[in-house]
Amino acid sequence: MMKNLLYRLDVKGSPYLYIVPFFLLFAAFGIFPLAYTAWVSLHEWSLLSETHTFLGLQNYRDLFADEYFWNALRNTAQIWVLSTVPQLLMALVLAHVLNQRLRAPTFWRMTAVLPNITSVAAVAIIFGQIFGKDYGLVNWLLETLGLGRIDWQAGTASSQIAISVMIIWRWTGYNALIYLAAMQAVNKDLYDAASLDGASSFQQLTRITVPAIRPTIIFTVIVSTIGGMQVLAEPLLFGGASVTGGSDRQFQTLSLYLYEVAFSRFDFGYASTAAWAMFGIIVIVAAINYFLTSRLRRS
Amino acid sequence: MADRRPGKLAYFALAGLALFSGFPLYWSLVVASHDNGILGQVPPPFGLGPNLFANLERAFGTVDFAKALTNSFIVSISITISVVLFSTLAGFSFAKLTFKGRNAMLVMLIATMMVPTQLGIIPLYLLMAKIEWTGTMYAVVAPGLVTAFGVFFMTQFLREAVPSELIEAARVDGCHTLRIFWHVVLPASKPAAAVLGMLTFMTAWNDFFWPLVVLTPEDPTVQTALSTLASGYIQDYSLSLTGTAIATVPLLVVFALLGKYIIGGIMQGAVKS
Repeated sequence: MMKNLLYRLDVKGSPYLYIVPFFLLFAAFGIFPLAYTAWVSLHEWSLLSETHTFLGLQNYRDLFADEYFWNALRNTAQIWVLSTVPQLLMALVLAHVLNQRLRAPTFWRMTAVLPNITSVAAVAIIFGQIFGKDYGLVNWLLETLGLGRIDWQAGTASSQIAISVMIIWRWTGYNALIYLAAMQAVNKDLYDAASLDGASSFQQLTRITVPAIRPTIIFTVIVSTIGGMQVLAEPLLFGGASVTGGSDRQFQTLSLYLYEVAFSRFDFGYASTAAWAMFGIIVIVAAINYFLTSRLRRS
Repeated sequence: MADRRPGKLAYFALAGLALFSGFPLYWSLVVASHDNGILGQVPPPFGLGPNLFANLERAFGTVDFAKALTNSFIVSISITISVVLFSTLAGFSFAKLTFKGRNAMLVMLIATMMVPTQLGIIPLYLLMAKIEWTGTMYAVVAPGLVTAFGVFFMTQFLREAVPSELIEAARVDGCHTLRIFWHVVLPASKPAAAVLGMLTFMTAWNDFFWPLVVLTPEDPTVQTALSTLASGYIQDYSLSLTGTAIATVPLLVVFALLGKYIIGGIMQGAVKS
C-alpha cells in the first residue's frame, strides 16, 4: 500500500521535480527581466535617482522622434545586409565544396570553423588593427596597388564594410557546417542522375541542393537576423571602446545605442524602450521572412 | 556524396579558405611579437618577432590577466557544469516522462530561444545591483546557469538515445525514477553531454556584453580585460593584440584537442533545430 503510493508519487511528481531547477533559474534570470523591461520602459528611470516617475508611452513617442535611434537602426540594417548576404552565399558554396569525398575532411571543417571559436572581442580588436588608418594591412595593400589609403573608421560606408568583414569572417564557416549537415541528408541518387545528364557542379548546387535544403537556409536567415540586430562588440571595439560608434555615429548599431543610453547616460527607462523596439523589429522581420518563404513554397 | 570526387580546384579553394581563416589569428601573433615601432615599416613584417615575452610582460602589467584568466575559468566551468546537469535532468523529463503541460512548456521553451538575451540586460543589471552582486563573479555566472538551448538539445538527443522499453523494464524491476536517471539515462547521455559541455564552455568563455556591463575593470574576465586594453585614444597595437592572443590560446588548445567533437555538435544542433 505504502509502496504503491510512493510509486505513484514518483511517477507523477518526479517529471516536475526535474524541470523545476531549470524553470526556476530561467524564470529569475530569463523571463522576469524580459517582462520587467516593459515595466521599466514606461517610467522615467535613472540609476542616479531613487524615484521613478510613471510616464506611460512618453518614452516610446520620444524614441520615434529620436534621430540617433533611426540612425542606429539604419546602420544596423545596412551592416546586416552587407554581412549576411555575402556570408550565406559564401557558406553555401563552401558547404558544396566540403560536401565531396575530400581527403582529411575533418581538417578542412576545422579550418572553416576556426574563426567562430575566436571570441568576438578578439576578432574586433584584430580586425581593428588590420583596418587601421596608419599601420593597417589593408591600407598597406591598397597603397602597394597604387590605390591610396582609406580612413576606414571615418567614412560611413568604409566603417560599415570593415565591421561586416569581421562578421563575415567569424560566421561563414559556421553557417557552412550547418548547410553541410543539411546537404548530407539530400538523396544522393539525385546527384548521380544529374551527373549522367551532364549537369555541372554549379547547376547541381542551384537546382538540387538549394531547393532541398531551403528550410535550413530560412533557419540561417532568421538566426542571422537576430544576430545582426545584436551586433555590439564589433562597432564598440572598432571605435576604441567608444560608445557612440564613430565621431558622427556612422557605425553605431542599435545595441550600441542601447548600451550608450543605459550605461553611459544611465537612462534605464529610455534604454528599455529601445530594447523593446529592438524586439518589435525582430518580430516584424521574422514575420516578413515567414510570409515570404511560405509564399515561395507555394509558388 | 558517393561519386563526386573533388578536383584540384576544390583543394585550391579550400587552401584559400584555410589561409583566410587562419591569417588574422597568425597576424595577431605577428603584431604581438614585435614592438609598435616596426609596424610602420613598408612592407610590414610577416614573420614572428623577438618581443613576444616583453609584450606578454607588459600586458600582464597593464591589466590583471592572471585574475582575468582565473575568473574566466571559474565562470566558464561553473556555467558548463550547471548547464549540462540541469539540461540533462530537464531533457530526460521532457523526452521520456509524461506529465501535464509538457508540450506547452516545451513550445514555450523553444519560443524563448528566439528572444535575444540583450533585451533583458537592463532589469538584470538592476536586479544584480539590488542584491549587490554587481562587480562579482556571481553576477556573471547566475544568468548563465541554465539555457533553453541546452534543454532542447538534450531533449532531442535523449528521445532517440534511450529506448522507452528500457525505462519501462527498469520500472517493472522496481527502479524509482531517480535511479533510472542515474543508471540508464546519465550513461546514455554522455556523448551529447560532452558536446553540449564544450559548446557551453566556449560560449561562456567568449561572452562579452554581459560581463562588460556588470563587471568593473579591476575584476575582469578575459574578454572585458581585452576591452580595457583596446580603449584609449592612442592604440598600442602590440599590447592589445598580445591580449587577444592570451584570450584565444586556451580556446585554440581545446579546439585542437576536441575540434571534431565541437564540429559534430554544431552540425548536430543544426540538423535538429
